[in-house]
Amino acid sequence: MDKTSLSRRCFLKWSALLGTSAITIPALGDWIDPSGPLGEPPPVGTTSAAVSSSQDAAFRVIRAGCPSHNCGGRCLLRITVQDGKILRIETDDRPGDTIADPQLRACIRGRAYRKRQYHPDRLQYPLKRTGRRGEGKFERVSWDEALEKMAAELRRVKTVHGNSALFIPYGTGSYSQTNGRQTAQRLLNLFGGSLGSYNNYSWACMANATSTVYGTNVTGNQRQDWVHAKIILMWGWNPAEMRDGTNTEFFLRKARENGARLICLDPRHTLSAASLADEWIPIRPGTDAAMMSAMAYVMIKEGLIDKAFVKTHCLGFDETQMPTGTKGAESYQDYILGTRDRKPKTPEWAEAITGIPRDTIARIAREYATQKPGVLYQGYGMQRRAYGEQVVRAGCVLAAITGNVGLPGGWAGGMGLQAPDGGPVWNVFPTGPNPVKTSIPTFLWTEAVLRGKEMGPEQGVRGADKLDNNIKLIYAVASNILVNQHADINRTVRMLRDESLVEFIAVQDNFLTPSARFADLVLPACTQFETWGVADGWKYGDEVFLNPPIVDPPFETKSDYRICAEIAERLGFGPAYTEGRTERDWVDWSLDQFRKTRFSGLPTLAEMEKQNQGVFTNPVTAPAVALGDFRRDPEKFPLSTPSGKIEIFSPALQALNKPETVPAVPKYIQEWESPFGPEAKTYPLQALGHHTLARVHSTMEKVDWLEEAFPQRLFINPVDAAARGLQNADSARVFNARGEMIIPCRITPRIRPGVVAVPQGAWWAPDEKGIDHGGSINVLTSSRWTPLAFGNAQHTIMVEVKKA
Amino acid sequence: MVNQWAFYVNSDACSGCKTCQVACKDKNELAAGVHWRKVTEVTGGSWEKKNGLWVSTVAAYHLSMACCHCLEPVCAVSCSTKSIWKREDGIVFIDGSRCTRCRRCETVCPYGAIRYDPVSTYMTKCDFCVDDLALGLAPACVAACPNRALDFGDFEVLKKKYGPSNSVFPLPDPAEFKPALVLKPHRHAEFIGTHHPEIGNWAEI
Repeated sequence: MDKTSLSRRCFLKWSALLGTSAITIPALGDWIDPSGPLGEPPPVGTTSAAVSSSQDAAFRVIRAGCPSHNCGGRCLLRITVQDGKILRIETDDRPGDTIADPQLRACIRGRAYRKRQYHPDRLQYPLKRTGRRGEGKFERVSWDEALEKMAAELRRVKTVHGNSALFIPYGTGSYSQTNGRQTAQRLLNLFGGSLGSYNNYSWACMANATSTVYGTNVTGNQRQDWVHAKIILMWGWNPAEMRDGTNTEFFLRKARENGARLICLDPRHTLSAASLADEWIPIRPGTDAAMMSAMAYVMIKEGLIDKAFVKTHCLGFDETQMPTGTKGAESYQDYILGTRDRKPKTPEWAEAITGIPRDTIARIAREYATQKPGVLYQGYGMQRRAYGEQVVRAGCVLAAITGNVGLPGGWAGGMGLQAPDGGPVWNVFPTGPNPVKTSIPTFLWTEAVLRGKEMGPEQGVRGADKLDNNIKLIYAVASNILVNQHADINRTVRMLRDESLVEFIAVQDNFLTPSARFADLVLPACTQFETWGVADGWKYGDEVFLNPPIVDPPFETKSDYRICAEIAERLGFGPAYTEGRTERDWVDWSLDQFRKTRFSGLPTLAEMEKQNQGVFTNPVTAPAVALGDFRRDPEKFPLSTPSGKIEIFSPALQALNKPETVPAVPKYIQEWESPFGPEAKTYPLQALGHHTLARVHSTMEKVDWLEEAFPQRLFINPVDAAARGLQNADSARVFNARGEMIIPCRITPRIRPGVVAVPQGAWWAPDEKGIDHGGSINVLTSSRWTPLAFGNAQHTIMVEVKKA
Repeated sequence: MVNQWAFYVNSDACSGCKTCQVACKDKNELAAGVHWRKVTEVTGGSWEKKNGLWVSTVAAYHLSMACCHCLEPVCAVSCSTKSIWKREDGIVFIDGSRCTRCRRCETVCPYGAIRYDPVSTYMTKCDFCVDDLALGLAPACVAACPNRALDFGDFEVLKKKYGPSNSVFPLPDPAEFKPALVLKPHRHAEFIGTHHPEIGNWAEI
């Protein structure tokens, strides 16, 4: 087909969308209207900033940080306000836009924020439950009644059960010091404490496993260094959709322009794959460690290992460097070559598991081992899976045996916090010490509700041999973990409906989220546009953002800090909570803390206000390299692993004596729900809950500008759709033994056959039968945790899809 | 003096994040469904089973498109009330007060750039942020792009800077409609254009 007819066909097709089937091109004629007001158009849209500023005193343009959610970026906004209302949101326009100090341009979510800010569903008043728990029936109460109820329940549960029965669940809806769960943590710590928690829902395996190899999670170079890389393996990494640092795409593109080859390994052909990658490798979910093992096999067999580096810097690669006291144990090379299990981890072996042709696996192994220096960047999705610790360790080992550790243009793999100091500080708001010294892995909070008193170290309990309480009171602030974001929603809500288990639930948020529907008391928080706040950069950011109040809190909403301060007042320790400080005073105080850590040149609050820049940046002109000292002199600068070396073989993991689930060298382990297991007969499709630009996890739900841009859909390959008689946009039932949803499907070749995806975070919307119509992936996910990190494995699920 | 304002679109750098689309909506207060700028997803390639394995040649690119402010705008020609005209600076403009809502302009535009606005109840489209231009500022979409994939300027200057107009699926031949658009095709555009190209996101554009 020639180009002209192709374009004509497309043109007709595009026009067909607009409701016409035949196009006639009018003759060109007198289309310049002499009577038209040439050059003097009527005003269109919002009046421009500078035009009005000279005319209207109530008009302001404020530069501020984009509200701090758990989005993976921190960006700058320019907010136009008139008469107490936000008219327009723009972004960073600082001149220069250099690689050392690029503009911090906001993404689609920041630019759509007015629609969240002025959403008709925003909570306005405190609410008290009137129906059964979870039924969603509430009545308005006064702040006085709400605060009194909150204080009374805290006192009652403390008296009856003790402080360890109080719990503040994980929540990432606000991160601006004076808004967010830390404000409640300070409250309860002053009240005698609450059950602690560690880990998060993002990177539990990453954080726990990277350190078993390197003794640190600071394994990343500053991003400006990527221009030195010759190859970048974006392994399960999708910064275009989950950001992972403002400008991460910008730096990757600079690397491309500098000649790096970028390869994207992902079951989805992501926006990152489209915009950044030279090649897409559609690997089967949960099998990354198998491909990594086969790459190691090729490197060993073809002599591509950096033997000198392995000899001086690593432990347990082969039998010549096994740690003392582990004689006879299987080395990494033993595992790869199949010395013990008689299963060499060949590309052929991995092909059957990963679905990637053996030649491709071998080629990528050769490219990564010879095109040095290179980056193997591991996304976090692949570790929110069964045995997620293994893939983290396997990636670190590939970086180590190719000698890519501690080099400009290299990357040590794993967690990848940035050199030299691990990056941002995030929360400086002082929560104070928690008098309750026991803590649980955050993902196991439902276990602590159901059987806390039976939980001990085997369930990840720290600080005690057994918990002395089940969780009896939950105070969720900026958290939708109670229902929507935790695994296995149907299980969780059965538990929450039983008022004999958790006796009192308070949820404090901007909206009546699915979690808030299960509250006994709903406390309306204001947004970050309505109070003072401050935040520093994301994982790789080198900035401090000021978040001054842009507009007043509407209705009866208040900042999280203010609400907690008023509860503290009722509990009798108001002054201890506030120390006499307002939100603005705490921002001032927080800026001092930031100044003491990474931002020595940070201006004072008064100066920042006056300058109206919204941000202070540390330009990166000489990007730091992680583990550089260790590379240069491993004797003088040993790692903080027990051996001081890169522990390919971990004696500490061996000592756990769980070789099947936590082996001492990284292995591929078949997942507990797998296309290779018996469950695949009933539920043959793997389901992923990827990040979408339509939301930040469950924040920004119901913003129409975002919903229309990235509608909530089941993404399914044409092969799988055809096998089920599905047409594009058909309603599809997605189900397994744990739950069911009905949502429209999007048939797309941009996902591997055998895999479907439903972006995580959409709000659970059950019908009377309990079938979800909101597209909330957590009706399908499992609450089973990973063996070492006690992390969430929410991406390891099998489902079936049928036409609804 | 600019004779013809034009957009530059680097499809190779576009991730399809649609920040431009929403920045445009925020500036122009556009309701859901009214896209003055929209991002089209184009997929190509296929899946084939070889030796028992699913092997992919799938690739994709994104096209961020608004009104191309064509040199010879068919929309203006089609408008019986002369509500659409071309300014001296090349911007194609709609005067809603004269619009009869016959929607002929919508059907003749090969770029799907003209949209009925249910709020104002007339036909609307990209006005190149003329008010911002007058202040020396970039159009909202250009200033927004996190990937720095958009630019704007005088058409002749842009062509010198970035190359010719170009066309990729599903855009018509630029010789046919003379858009004031400079497009850098995606690195896989040629492959995709010859391997079952399809629009992947009809419902969103």
